[in-house]
Amino acid sequence: MSVLVNKDSKIIVQGFTGSEGTFHAEQMIAYGTNVVGGVTPGKGGQEHLGKPVFNTVQEAVEKVGADTTIIFVPPAFAADAIMEAADAGIKVIITITEGIPVADMIKAFDYIKSKDCRLIGPNCPGVITPGEAKVGIMPGFVFKEGEVGIVSKSGTLTYEAADQVVRQGLGITTAIGIGGDPIIGTTTKEAVELLMNDDDTKCIVMIGEIGGQLEPEAAKWVKENGTKPVVGFIAGETAPKGRTMGHAGAIVGGAEDTAEAKKAIMKECGIHVVDSPAEIGKKVKEVLS
Amino acid sequence: MNLHEYQGKEILASYGVRVQRGIVANNATEAVAAAKELTAETGTGWYVIKAQVHAGGRGKGGGVKLAKNLQEVEEIAGNIIGMDLVTPQTPPEGKHVRKVLVAEDVYYPGDSETSEFYMSVLLNRGSGKNMIMYSTEGGMDIEEVAEKTPHLIFTEEIDPSVGLQGFQARRVAFNLGLSGAAFKEMVKFVSSLYTAYTKSDSSLFEINPVLKTSDDKILAVDAKVVIDDNALYRHKDIAEMRDITEENPIEVEAKAVGLNYVDLDGNVGCMVNGAGLAMATMDLIKQAGGEPANFLDVGGTADAKRVEEAFRIILKDPNVKAILINIFGGIVRCDRVAQGVVDAYKNMGDAIKVPIIVRLQGTNAEIAKELIDNSGLAVHSAVMFQEAADKVKEVLA
Repeated sequence: MSVLVNKDSKIIVQGFTGSEGTFHAEQMIAYGTNVVGGVTPGKGGQEHLGKPVFNTVQEAVEKVGADTTIIFVPPAFAADAIMEAADAGIKVIITITEGIPVADMIKAFDYIKSKDCRLIGPNCPGVITPGEAKVGIMPGFVFKEGEVGIVSKSGTLTYEAADQVVRQGLGITTAIGIGGDPIIGTTTKEAVELLMNDDDTKCIVMIGEIGGQLEPEAAKWVKENGTKPVVGFIAGETAPKGRTMGHAGAIVGGAEDTAEAKKAIMKECGIHVVDSPAEIGKKVKEVLS
Repeated sequence: MNLHEYQGKEILASYGVRVQRGIVANNATEAVAAAKELTAETGTGWYVIKAQVHAGGRGKGGGVKLAKNLQEVEEIAGNIIGMDLVTPQTPPEGKHVRKVLVAEDVYYPGDSETSEFYMSVLLNRGSGKNMIMYSTEGGMDIEEVAEKTPHLIFTEEIDPSVGLQGFQARRVAFNLGLSGAAFKEMVKFVSSLYTAYTKSDSSLFEINPVLKTSDDKILAVDAKVVIDDNALYRHKDIAEMRDITEENPIEVEAKAVGLNYVDLDGNVGCMVNGAGLAMATMDLIKQAGGEPANFLDVGGTADAKRVEEAFRIILKDPNVKAILINIFGGIVRCDRVAQGVVDAYKNMGDAIKVPIIVRLQGTNAEIAKELIDNSGLAVHSAVMFQEAADKVKEVLA
């Protein structure tokens, strides 16, 4: 089993014919992901990478039964793309785009609440279920099939964690990149909950960073509802207050959103917190044996 | 993007928010002229001279002073312009003051007592909605108020589908204990403030204090305004307000070549792909006994040109004693990055005098390590994250 995406997901790419969309759609298809088409307004009826191009998401849903989308649309139009996907009945909306204005995301986030869908991201590396579907920009070969679920705000740090897990002779059920923006569709807690309910996942790696309250919220949920071990890391112990560290959401505002404060709460809630990012894989191996 | 008080007030005023009026001046002579103009416009007899720097707590550092006549305006403005203003929010060496705002006196006596409030507009990350946060305790450090008297801080969250409603603006005014003309003024103030916030794509408004004058006007005496960088493309006029003299010069240069760089105080520079891994690398440097000298995300394309640009930026900091390059090669192949490092190193000749540790992991990591090891350069290579940390410890010893 796995969560969010698998071999049966019918995936479309929004921003299909753009350079980013093209490059990553190619990689996804090469991985064996079930890409059923793409959307680029005005290019409907064409074929791209051997898959049909549609003008609207609705058309893609009607004609090829799309249920999952990955969005590479430029920031100025990305919120619109999210709402279009939600309106068309897409169930899993994975948004890679970085740099969407906050005001646009406030609207999109509010809009999709009444729709039957789940948004992942924006500003995220996507979701991968090894051996089944890569719906993101991550290097597929790093992720081997296995029993560890990963939830992370970051891209390369997710690859790092997955690599460490694999080197311990273990593998990944599903890795979920939830994104590093101030407003994201799926919180750390929600992603952890998905993996907690997945029978094949035996351990969860939860990677967070400074800013916001998502990790403490997830930790408290784990304390109440957790049924399997969770290994945690928070990046940004050395980040200065009030400075944005790359990710728009990675900023220390007050005492409660520092790495120290988050790690303290996570420890209290029974999460196996590692202080060194080089120890993630080792810790997973330890809690599983 | 941070704005100066005078720029923030310009934006507020353009949406009908009443502000303490003022005119910006670059020197003492301009300050006197500004004071005269201000008196002609507002009738003010006294003036407040306010240093324009991107930092709070200016009053505590002597950057805000009252002038009771034109001679005092000249004197005070002359003293403040050119000073290195030290406040609790500036670096220890302070911030150089290049401009002052000559502002009208709004604390004049009248029929009622003046009172000060606090008001900010910001995103509530927990709910994904904007909120207005306000307090009866104006003119004070809000974090202190939050700690000592949290019951005096109120919030009003705004539903994105309908925007700020009248009842909400009225609730703010009631909670602030206002009545009569001041109540009406506050309702108008709150609603125009929120309009200004959304129309300007701001990510923070902090008005401290909001003043009720002795004749029941409500106005913004100060204005801290931060604009959402991601939305600047649709606000060309605001984008032009950027004052790069307020920013770290190395950061400005890095931004110009498309590198995401934050200058820090430590001794080990780093160059990483991805923000999360960059922060984790900084943390690892500290655990290895060093202190990170910077945050630097080189992004997805770490070719020779980019690596060279990053080297040049990092080496501008004289405190850097070693550089750690940490790249997780996924889509980008490690051997290409390694070649980039070797080429950049050769191009830069003698400019690199500190030890370099390169940790490449991912696609073709082993080939990359060989390439570095056989290059004949004084570069330490590593494959595992911990190995990189150990090498940092080694070169610092």
